[in-house]
Amino acid sequence: MTPATQTAVKNGEAPATGADRDPVVDNRLHGFSREELHALLADMLLYRRFEEKAEEAYAIGKIGGFCHLHIGQEGLAAGSIKPLRADDLVITAYREHTQAIAKGITPRAVMAELYGRVGGCSGGRGGSMHLFDTTVGFYGGHGIVGGQIPLGAGLAWAIRYRGGDQVCVCFMGDAAVNQGAFLESLNMSAVWQLPVIYVVENNGYGMGTAFSRVSVTEMEARSGAYGIPAHTVNGQDVLETFRFFEGLVERVRGGAGPQFVNAVTYRFRGHSMSDPVSGTYRSKEEVEAHVQGEDPITILRDRLMGAGLLTQEELEGIDAGARAASDDAAEFADASPLPDPSTLYDHVYAEINPHGRLFLDGRDRGGAGG
Amino acid sequence: MAEITYREALNAAMCQEMDRDDSVFLLGEEVAEYDGAYKVSRGMLARYGDRRVVDSPISELGFAGLCVGAAMAGLRPICEFMTFNFSILALDQVINSAAKMLYMTNGQVPIPMVFRGPTGAALQLSAQHSQACETYYVHAPGVKLVTPATPADAKGLLAAAIRDDDPVAVMEGELLYNVRGEVPDEEYVIPLGVAEVKRTGEDVSIITHGKMVHIALQAARALEREEIEAEVLDLRSLRPLDVDAILATVAKTNRVVYLEEGWPFAGVGAQIVSLIQDEAFDELDAPVLRVTQADVPMPYAKNMEQLAKPGVKAVVEACRKVLYMEVGTS
Repeated sequence: MTPATQTAVKNGEAPATGADRDPVVDNRLHGFSREELHALLADMLLYRRFEEKAEEAYAIGKIGGFCHLHIGQEGLAAGSIKPLRADDLVITAYREHTQAIAKGITPRAVMAELYGRVGGCSGGRGGSMHLFDTTVGFYGGHGIVGGQIPLGAGLAWAIRYRGGDQVCVCFMGDAAVNQGAFLESLNMSAVWQLPVIYVVENNGYGMGTAFSRVSVTEMEARSGAYGIPAHTVNGQDVLETFRFFEGLVERVRGGAGPQFVNAVTYRFRGHSMSDPVSGTYRSKEEVEAHVQGEDPITILRDRLMGAGLLTQEELEGIDAGARAASDDAAEFADASPLPDPSTLYDHVYAEINPHGRLFLDGRDRGGAGG
Repeated sequence: MAEITYREALNAAMCQEMDRDDSVFLLGEEVAEYDGAYKVSRGMLARYGDRRVVDSPISELGFAGLCVGAAMAGLRPICEFMTFNFSILALDQVINSAAKMLYMTNGQVPIPMVFRGPTGAALQLSAQHSQACETYYVHAPGVKLVTPATPADAKGLLAAAIRDDDPVAVMEGELLYNVRGEVPDEEYVIPLGVAEVKRTGEDVSIITHGKMVHIALQAARALEREEIEAEVLDLRSLRPLDVDAILATVAKTNRVVYLEEGWPFAGVGAQIVSLIQDEAFDELDAPVLRVTQADVPMPYAKNMEQLAKPGVKAVVEACRKVLYMEVGTS
């Protein structure tokens, strides 16, 4: 299922822009209904406005620590996660706000987590990098590059062990494929034919290091040694991505075994809030070219308008909804209380054994073990 | 009650738990077809099949992480490390994933699993295969750690570890696998966090854990010849830690030696000494001494290895020292 308009971005090279696209691209609506198309546009706009709101909140000190925005990569979040079933599992790294929302965590619970409040999906204990809600099948939110990959294999192991038909989708950035955890996990997944899809969000840079500077092979070649089929998809085209994942997920559900997806995308912001958008490892021109030609929201908008499936008024209505939901999330987060200090020692252990002490720091912890 | 080996006791604990709970499985290098590198899982592949007794590739980081992931989904993996020396490769998954998961998920994702295998030195395996790994594990809030010294403790503590809802490291000893002892035939579980006095005495307390219990008992027998009665307290569980038992033996003898197989710097004994001076300072008649491995990587040569390992003689001398007796003459 190699997409016809695959954008084979080679790192360091100028990206494929809208002008390079297949001229039939605007006619490719992949059989989606008008409602489905509007819903996908609304999803992506929500992610965009949400991240912009987070950016704003970070600037005024409402959000602390590391904060990695997904702006520019929304097509992949919607296109890969929306085709999943509610009981399918997603695990990912730390650029995950929009993926969490895509899987079903509310914008309120995500924003409150960024704010470090009790209303957050991890109760304010996790923060930006550790969003969790197992009731919607979202298993984090992991901060060590590649650390989530064996965990994803383990989630898939549990599915297979119990004879379930769910699929685990395990996301990572392009830099993670150089971790030993990646190689070990792919090998085990192939040996045990686990129902897992490894998705590289290939935005071309691991922090500030272009993939081509730390790899002499192409991304697609990384899974072949383990006998895992590789696929490339243009993550900036949400419709193509959606249809691709829809098919792939069903094949894995049907027993096709582990898969590896090189999802080509681009990050419009810096690596984290402290990294300028351009200037050191990538030029202003390079970023501009992507923002102009590869914005997943613009691509869908233009395609829908070109096909007469979206009016300016409808677009404004959808965007207003996205902004309102983001504002509402921020208001909710602001109003949510800070965690109760008396809970500092809660959830270190699931089981407080009746004998012996688990903590030796001698601090009062209100009976929470020891 | 039958006399079986420590190895058989571990096997019995795993079978006991796998019989009662289908979510328990064993995964690690050589655990299935080879029957375990140290034959701990002998017969288990035949009994439970390859769904539940699984040979892994030599990928410690990967398979430890896979087990943590399976635990995230509610299974109860027993992750066997051929030795804990090799688990240093897996520490990212132990500490960053297993230990922290429950906390950073605000209680949503417990990790009910076991990491098990031998720790510490055997005989002339040299530096990279002869290392006590307790401190790496016990340092991280979120992890529990037990160190059975006898066959009965091996069965009871491993069973408790498998049933516990947190990640529990069960650190065994290569030199313990053939030790024989009485072990209850019936279902047997020893709660975590309960130390055991392995020998009573009035004059000095040797507090220790794991296979050093046997060195401590030998030292106590040597001291007996000098009419010194040493109490040997086996902690059995380092986290949770039976503080009451420690304070009780300190109050009884007022003199303490901590014996451990690992290095001294930030070792387990350092924590115990800190605890005793915090909570039982007035009970002490002498400074607490520690007997540890020499602060060097383990050498290969037989004489050098003997010199580096904590032995009976060093324990006897430490005990004499805290009793303000002449040392170096025995």
